[in-house]
Amino acid sequence: MKARLALRSVALGYLGFLIILPVATVFWLTFRDGLGPFWSSVAEPAALNAFRITVLAALVAVVANTAFGILCAIVLVRHDFPGKRLLSALVDLPLAVSPVVVGLALILVYGTYGWFGSHLAEYGIRIIFSLPGIILATVFVSLPFVVREVAPVLREIGTEQEQAAATLGASSWQTFWRITLPSIRPGVAYGVVLTTAKALGEFGAVAVVSGRIIGRTQTLTLHVEDRFQAFDMTGAYAASVVLALLALGTLFAMNLLRPKEEKT
Amino acid sequence: MLRLASAIALFITGFSVFGCGVALSGGDRVLLLAAYSTPREAYAEVMDAFQRTEWGRGVEFEMSYGASGEQSRAVEAGLPADVVGFSLEPDMRRLVEAGVVAEDWDGNEYRGMVTNSVVVLVVRRGNPEGIRGWEDLIRPGVDVITPSPATSGGAKWNVLAAYGAQLARGGSEEEAAEYVRRLFENVSVQDKSARESLQTFVGGKGDVMIAYESEAIIAREMGYDVEYVVPEATILIENPYAVTETGENPEKAREFLEFLYSPEAQRIFGEEGYRPVVPEIRAEFDYPEPEKLFTIEDFGGWEAADERFFDPEDGIVTQILREAGGVR
Amino acid sequence: MSGGMLGRGVAITYLSLVVLIPLAAVAWASGEGGPGEFWSAVTTPEALSALRLTFGAALAVVAINAAMGTLIAWVLVRDSFRGRGLVNSIIDLPFALPTIVASLTLLVLYGPGSPVGIDVAYSPVAVVVALLFVTLPFVVRAVQPVLMELDTDMEEAAASLGAGRFTIFRRIILPNLAPAIFSGAGLSFARSIGEFGAVVLVTGNIPFETQVASVYIFGRIEGGDIPAAAAVSVVLLAFSLLALVGMNVLQGRWLRHEG
Repeated sequence: MKARLALRSVALGYLGFLIILPVATVFWLTFRDGLGPFWSSVAEPAALNAFRITVLAALVAVVANTAFGILCAIVLVRHDFPGKRLLSALVDLPLAVSPVVVGLALILVYGTYGWFGSHLAEYGIRIIFSLPGIILATVFVSLPFVVREVAPVLREIGTEQEQAAATLGASSWQTFWRITLPSIRPGVAYGVVLTTAKALGEFGAVAVVSGRIIGRTQTLTLHVEDRFQAFDMTGAYAASVVLALLALGTLFAMNLLRPKEEKT
Repeated sequence: MLRLASAIALFITGFSVFGCGVALSGGDRVLLLAAYSTPREAYAEVMDAFQRTEWGRGVEFEMSYGASGEQSRAVEAGLPADVVGFSLEPDMRRLVEAGVVAEDWDGNEYRGMVTNSVVVLVVRRGNPEGIRGWEDLIRPGVDVITPSPATSGGAKWNVLAAYGAQLARGGSEEEAAEYVRRLFENVSVQDKSARESLQTFVGGKGDVMIAYESEAIIAREMGYDVEYVVPEATILIENPYAVTETGENPEKAREFLEFLYSPEAQRIFGEEGYRPVVPEIRAEFDYPEPEKLFTIEDFGGWEAADERFFDPEDGIVTQILREAGGVR
Repeated sequence: MSGGMLGRGVAITYLSLVVLIPLAAVAWASGEGGPGEFWSAVTTPEALSALRLTFGAALAVVAINAAMGTLIAWVLVRDSFRGRGLVNSIIDLPFALPTIVASLTLLVLYGPGSPVGIDVAYSPVAVVVALLFVTLPFVVRAVQPVLMELDTDMEEAAASLGAGRFTIFRRIILPNLAPAIFSGAGLSFARSIGEFGAVVLVTGNIPFETQVASVYIFGRIEGGDIPAAAAVSVVLLAFSLLALVGMNVLQGRWLRHEG
């Protein structure tokens, strides 16, 4: 039993020093002078705008990646075609790419002198250093999660019900809405939560493509860094706490939604 | 083929633009200032003052701050700035070459410079290490903070100040290079921008920070426990500003740039820790004059200095940094 | 069947526009000057030292994670104490918490003004700590379900035959957990070599000392040296891909063994 206690203290001590203590310190620093400074920092126009931009980018990323994720999972699980393994590997790619490289990549393609950027500029459309660039970066980094969560569920439920529906004359669209979607819903929900978490918190990729125009292209994570550099520690901590609370909310949702058989 | 792909890309962007519903263009009364990281406090005041003038009524400002080189590159790559301000002239020259800033941007009597400053040594209150000048920075055990010359304009000024100070006291070029080498042996943190260095320093790291005089003054006014020493010999920092050719609002931008030279704006700069370039206003402030003040012209101008000191292959400083890293 | 074709087409187009074409552009930009230029860009002393530090730190992180992650998973599954559920949900916090916030929190607690008197900021240790923070969930979450499913029968049998605790762990538990530990470690590695947000504030960007590859790339982008940035990016990409593919292959082999 002593060994068990020792292991437990090592594990908890490690977590305490690595995670709990640092996060608690920031909360303490934010609120040690009461709620007042926190509120006034959070209610600043720059902070509110940053919050809005973050939420917007996350929203677009979640919608686009959920649609893509379900589609891609179906393609990967239900269809056989040459290059399927390759496609499956490519979906995971964003997990392995450094955020800074993501930013660089987007600049090279969508920047003023980029492959598409120069053509888009003819239509007066700017992507890098404006909102679409931020959105693209967010979509990039949060792309794999829905696919990764939905694919195993799809594999598990099998095709029997879908085939039954098809023999009863249901169109493939009907089959999808009535049969497939309801049964993969838990996987979708968990994937959405993971996507949201990643999209809200992205920093590196966004930092490269944003141009940091205060109030226009600054996300909440960039706002944290901006406040830090403007000697406004209260503002930096306050924005961090908002992000941390969003993270805790996400965490809570994760716990509710985590599939029974965890497949990481 | 490329067009087809662009069309699909267009579709996706269209979707995201539509999806966000946020205006991308700020309208014709909005000016975007893209500048290096340190003058942000001064600008809060200057913009306020401009908005109270007849020209500036109803003008709104947007700001983007970052390391000087980073900002210059961003504007070159399409950041839609109306007015740009950099730590040093090469960052402006890049935009001239890219066709973003007019050739004659330095045509006025101040050669396009809006503010001046000098390189100083920032220390903790009471100067516990007894720092008096450059020679104290290479004493063993003194922990020096300066940003990285690879990204920061301020860092380049710092290095040239250190190097030039050795020449100014009669040292040879070899001795000056040796001094810089020993200096970097004592440098413990090289942040990306001057502002990040200041953050690091007021956060408690280091004994001395090499910095703009204006940064030292701001830190003091923010209530941090720092003071600064103006070394006997140091370099005059000159910060260039210009309007872009590519902005959406060139008329207002030009008016704003002109306003930066007005007594009112120059006085604000003076109060915020910068040395005004307009002599009459400069005379209102008693910034200490270093005994030996040299300029970038003493190094043959920025083009020559950049090549000689900061060339990423074989610049003097590049090589010194490599040696300090134990790589020969 | 045509529906499948359409779905496949849309999926591939989307993936191409968002992920593949941009990454291809990086590869293209890195190779534009020919192999000689690529080679000299990734072998400048600055780049080499950044890469060395990155891989060194990532390997250290992998080793620590493999040990601590397995331990934490074991405590969460086999031990029972009050607050276990809470601890269990905290494991995911690094995943949900934005990396820049992680960086700020670590700087506050373990920086120069540290309230607990530990100052590791601006040193290679800070790099490792920051990476440990962001990669914590990987091994724990990989090992946990396997450990949960693992029958204790075998362990009990071994114990009744007189095997010591350590022997049981080494001969029975560890072999069963190995694939999971390995896959978690692989993910930690891939994540570590690319991490930017968590290291940016606490490491101080000192070339040859604390400058990791992603921060070096960022500096090159800012400094306008896109080919060099792209070249080092390609090296990072290649290694994280290698980690992912290696993991997939090994996992496939293990799965086949079981099946």
